[in-house]
Amino acid sequence: MESAALYLSLKLAFWTCCLILPVAIIVARVLAWGRFRGKAICEALVMLPLVLPPTVLGYYLLVGLSPSAGLGKLAGQLFGAPLVFSFNGILIASLIANLPFAVQPVQRAFEAIPMNVRQAAWVSGLSNWQTFRHVELPLAWPGIVSALALTFAHTLGEFGVILMIGGNIPGETQTLSLALYDRVQAFQYDEAGIMAATLLAISFIAIAIVHATARRSGARVNG
Amino acid sequence: MAEPETSHGDQTLHVSLRQKTPVPLDVSIECGANEILSLIGPSGSGKTTLLHIIAGLVSVAEGTISSGQQTWLSTKDKVFKSPQDRGAGLVFQDYALFPHMSALDNVAIAIAPGQRQQGYDAAANLLERVHMTGLGARRPHELSGGERQRVAIARALARRPRVLLLDEPFSAVDRMTRRALRDDLMVLKKSLRIPVIFVTHDISEALELADRVAVLDKGNILQTGDPQTVKAAPASDRVSAILGLN
Repeated sequence: MESAALYLSLKLAFWTCCLILPVAIIVARVLAWGRFRGKAICEALVMLPLVLPPTVLGYYLLVGLSPSAGLGKLAGQLFGAPLVFSFNGILIASLIANLPFAVQPVQRAFEAIPMNVRQAAWVSGLSNWQTFRHVELPLAWPGIVSALALTFAHTLGEFGVILMIGGNIPGETQTLSLALYDRVQAFQYDEAGIMAATLLAISFIAIAIVHATARRSGARVNG
Repeated sequence: MAEPETSHGDQTLHVSLRQKTPVPLDVSIECGANEILSLIGPSGSGKTTLLHIIAGLVSVAEGTISSGQQTWLSTKDKVFKSPQDRGAGLVFQDYALFPHMSALDNVAIAIAPGQRQQGYDAAANLLERVHMTGLGARRPHELSGGERQRVAIARALARRPRVLLLDEPFSAVDRMTRRALRDDLMVLKKSLRIPVIFVTHDISEALELADRVAVLDKGNILQTGDPQTVKAAPASDRVSAILGLN
């Protein structure tokens, strides 16, 4: 069993969850309650990675982040190394690919908060920040937990985008799902079976834990 | 519920509003301290919108709102105080309690926003005043309709408001509870010494509770006066119809 690949998968899932959470909360809140021109386009952009073939997203990221491209050059100077075929590169790809999985549940949770509950907070003297901190965030918590569960599980299973931008380099960008594919290609089914079972177990446990948490916090909120 | 609230000096509420859209309004009302003004009107007449405009939750095309010497809104002078900066306590029709907080927290957070712990003693006192002693730990879903309404009133009073606004406060409770809540509101009125505006579509409620009524239809005040006079001498057939006197 490739412990380096397992470690890399968990590390990628962890950092994706950590970094995507604040972005998802901000984007979801704006999309839930904001009224602005181009909102439909913004929503479509957020949802795009859900319907786009992962190889297409991977291709554009590979081209866009390559050292010869402007963005890739800038990022290379920022990180001190090229982004393609690196952990930072697959992390950026993972963040983009997971955006719809993180934003959607949080947006739905914000939309479910009745307007008059927010208004009650304002007339009770709570500032916009205090309303967010004490009313909106706790009420949206089950949605946030769901977003984290989906993002974590989806990151563990990512294949196409990671392969395109990361290049399947053992110890650097080879996640467990890529290592599993390699083993199958090499007819090493025993090892592939262990990897598949490991991914299955981790995904199942992660989803079960977060859903149990969401149910408990949902019960606290809604009775 | 006998202790008086702190009076803030002259607190007469003056409201003068005009707009054509989205909800047509042409309203000029005044409510003195220690006065209960009842807004009566059919659904869609603009009653709730009017309360929300006074509370600062909805903007209006043209008008002024002042509480004593404080100007809350003046479209001419481009003054618009936020809901947080107005001293308006608002009880929503469905109470709009924070569902994830206990009754005590619902009130405490309005006393000391952001630092709930500091407001617990005062919140417990307020809950006691609305006959909610011993129920502070319960969440809104564990309370009856009448109890929820009492918590909503306690929350609205938590900021020591300059005006109390009640949006159909008795519509979601049974007859017995309604009776008890009306009695409590009368006791509160005596101790609050602030303007109280409550929205209703029930003339009997207005007759019982209000010092004055304002009949609202399609955003216009059709008649104002003391409830008995308005009932005895409605200004038009429309007023009679709204009051159910036909």
